[in-house]
Amino acid sequence: MSGDHILIVDRLMMRFGGIVAVNELSFAAERRKITALIGPNGAGKTTVFNCITGFYRPSGGAIRLAHDDGRTIQLERLNDFRISKQAKVARTFQNIRLFPGMTALENLMVAQHNALMRASGLTLLGLLGLPSWREAEARAIELGRTWLNRVGLLDRADDAAGNLPYGDQRRLEIARAMCTEPALLCLDEPAAGLNARESGGLNELLLSIRNEQGTSILLIEHDMSVVMEISDHIVVMDYGVKIAEGTPQAVRDDPKVIAAYLGADEEEAIAVMESGT
Amino acid sequence: MSATSARPSPAAQPSGSAFILKKALISALVALVLFSLMIGVRTEAGPQGGLIYWTRFGDLAALVATVFGGSIVVELLRQWWGPVDKDSIVPKPVQSAISFAGRWLAPALLVFTFLVPVIFYNQRYILDLSILVLTYVMLGWGLNVVVGLAGLLDLGYVAFYAVGAYSYALLATNFGLSFWVCLPLAGILAAFWGVLLGFPVLRLRGDYLAIVTLAFGEIIRLVIINWQSLTGGPNGVSGIPRPTMFGIPLTPGDDGLAAKLGIEFSPTHRLVFLFYVILAMALLTNWVTIRLRRLPIGRAWEALREDEVACRALGINTTTTKLTAFATGAMFGGLAGAFFATRQGFISPESFTFQESALVLAIVVLGGMGSQLGVALAALAMIGGFELFRGLDQYRMLVFGIAMVLLMIWRPRGLIGHRAPTVFLERNQAISSDLVKEGHG
Repeated sequence: MSGDHILIVDRLMMRFGGIVAVNELSFAAERRKITALIGPNGAGKTTVFNCITGFYRPSGGAIRLAHDDGRTIQLERLNDFRISKQAKVARTFQNIRLFPGMTALENLMVAQHNALMRASGLTLLGLLGLPSWREAEARAIELGRTWLNRVGLLDRADDAAGNLPYGDQRRLEIARAMCTEPALLCLDEPAAGLNARESGGLNELLLSIRNEQGTSILLIEHDMSVVMEISDHIVVMDYGVKIAEGTPQAVRDDPKVIAAYLGADEEEAIAVMESGT
Repeated sequence: MSATSARPSPAAQPSGSAFILKKALISALVALVLFSLMIGVRTEAGPQGGLIYWTRFGDLAALVATVFGGSIVVELLRQWWGPVDKDSIVPKPVQSAISFAGRWLAPALLVFTFLVPVIFYNQRYILDLSILVLTYVMLGWGLNVVVGLAGLLDLGYVAFYAVGAYSYALLATNFGLSFWVCLPLAGILAAFWGVLLGFPVLRLRGDYLAIVTLAFGEIIRLVIINWQSLTGGPNGVSGIPRPTMFGIPLTPGDDGLAAKLGIEFSPTHRLVFLFYVILAMALLTNWVTIRLRRLPIGRAWEALREDEVACRALGINTTTTKLTAFATGAMFGGLAGAFFATRQGFISPESFTFQESALVLAIVVLGGMGSQLGVALAALAMIGGFELFRGLDQYRMLVFGIAMVLLMIWRPRGLIGHRAPTVFLERNQAISSDLVKEGHG
């Protein structure tokens, strides 16, 4: 595969007992691009996400992550927290998972845990309050402030995350994921539950993350206004297999995709399309 | 669940006399069912060994009537007050007074604690009691790391207390090591056992974690009882050396502290000394905990309590995070245990029963999980209050139980339920306890 792919999923298999949730799925996500993974409910999108971010161990296949510096990491061999710590893959959740009893700023500080742990000399230097630790802490707060500003939550920095409105929580979760300074950001339905204005703001935020941070983004989304507007590449799944991929325009016109979404046979969908044109 | 949705709106609340009577009748019925066997029928072993019983329907009727009347009174009071709401149940001036007192309570309490040996110099009982209270404050603060911050329910905390106490007792009696050498050793050993307990329970949550920690506490106690050759079994360890002030013993002899200072010897000196030792140890626990909360490890503990899955997604090693919480909490427990051993001079497995674990856990829960001041107040209330009710004899437990139930109704999240943020940009505002999670175990 070409060199500018950051994520290469190669014949990924995921079985739960007798059920095959993901069947020999292969796709690649380009570096500094937004790749969308779409499909009807139950297509296996979140399962793919959980395999990539280490919450599931795949039954088969390979997931490779190629970093800017040429390192290639086999994600299916890492698990759990190491995906974020070593492979620099961050994720958000379909049902928001913030730390509700902690402030917005604290949420962002927790995200910088590994960097701060090093700076605090595994707690010992920090316990003594050495200047090097204080500087690191000030920098971490500054990074948190920057991201709060980016997502428009600076004035709510000291409010409990659980007290924020739904749309703000979604944006805070993205900011928290970005505070881990990821190479690949995986977003699971970031526009779910947002109104039209909010999802417009989300589009701008994601585009700015791609353009300014150079972070590659992989997202699952049902909101087509988001997917079609910002995606560079779309992968369509149904029943655990890839049924189409390409640019937004190409995917939109693909009869197989329409069939999957309308729940109709392929022939019928083609007939519908042909009668329309 | 948010508190606002659970609260009935004032408009929807029925208020007719029929409603009150119905509620009172239901309460009376419950009381009748409950008390009919407990009070109504009294059984006793007869002279021939058989069971004899007699009835006390008069008492039963009186009790049920009390419940009926009380229920009406409570319901009337409730309607007089309006909807049950934290804001309206406590009038505004009282609230502002409480918040003012809250700001000064901690420093005032600290100053007062420092002065206790001066004020109560001649009252041995009070000095002894304050040492006991401070020991529990320290234990509470230690367990607070595990339960309050990391949200891991630990029912076997007394195990670390025991490990610390026996570490010091055995090292001192067998090898003649001094208290100040053994103190860190006891802490390290307890932390080691904390990690050892941590490993098997890493995958457990909630009730399961609680059961395993409970079992761990019992295992340690049973090992101590049965390992006669080392621990002396049920006889315990006696003759544990008293602490010295940098090598100077607090004894009446010529090389004692009193003789060196040229003052008359008094046994109170040692009490005062012990008081300041445990005060220093408790304050160290407090200081370390406060510092740790502002360090990444402390934030990771709290994040773990809030949402473990999110922690993993952020690259936090939940295994080491949990183990450090267990180890830190255990270390403080061990230090307190070593102090306990040197204060008592004698320890036996009887001092380390489940009741101690439950008591320390109650202190943490009552104080408001995660709150340092709350835990200190709760320790004072629990230990001091328990002594206060000593005059009530057999009703002591009853009064105490009722007090705890009332407190939990009034403040379900403990005396100080809100959480103070560890870092802020502009406003350092407390976070309502409704949002703070209790952890999954």
